[in-house]
Amino acid sequence: MNTAVTVRVQREDFDLAAEVAALSRGRADIGAVVTFTGLCRDEAGGLSALELEHYPGMAEAEIERICREGGKRFGLQAVTAIHRFGKIMPGENIVLVIAASPHRQAAFDGANFVMDFLKTSAPFWKKEHHADGSAGGWVSAKDADDTARDRWSQRN
Amino acid sequence: MSTINLVYFSWVRERIGKSEETLELPADVVTVSDLLAHLKTLGEQYETALEHQNVIRAAINQEHVDHGEPIAGAREIALFPPMTGG
Repeated sequence: MNTAVTVRVQREDFDLAAEVAALSRGRADIGAVVTFTGLCRDEAGGLSALELEHYPGMAEAEIERICREGGKRFGLQAVTAIHRFGKIMPGENIVLVIAASPHRQAAFDGANFVMDFLKTSAPFWKKEHHADGSAGGWVSAKDADDTARDRWSQRN
Repeated sequence: MSTINLVYFSWVRERIGKSEETLELPADVVTVSDLLAHLKTLGEQYETALEHQNVIRAAINQEHVDHGEPIAGAREIALFPPMTGG
């Protein structure tokens, strides 16, 4: 199946409904659309903002590779992935993944797969800004994210 | 000698103190691993940034590579910590 892939890396926010509409516009073969939105938490009031740094060029290319891989593996009709960079406040969107397929399971799995690889392979780094003005720091990579990614290679 | 463009991100960039530079590399720098070892001889800030060498991730021409990858023909090599996007 030829997957229609849309990837954007941008400073501005995105509109979930508009992106779903754009992905399904003009086609009647899609039976399932799964969306995932990642937001910035305030960590119980301790966090005032996240600063997202990225590697321009590679970020887009790597997300596209992941979307194509997921599209092929799960037979997705379309995948959209949008990742923001710059300063993001608690409650704001960080990332959007949309997966579309004829039946629901592939769309669920596809969105899950793309997010797991996006977290571990897309060149983005988060820096925390603390609400009390104390020095924040770079967020450490989590073993749990590697584990989540690796389970996809154990299934087949 | 070969000339290479290096780019750094996140705390690798902060510790080295610059986001990019162009370096002349000696002929015995063959792999990413050799490059990391060579950079560590260039000063204290490089030593600090690359101290835990196994943690450092590398990309050649914007694709992830292992430390054993040869760097011959690379236009751009990026060094950065494990990624934390999403």
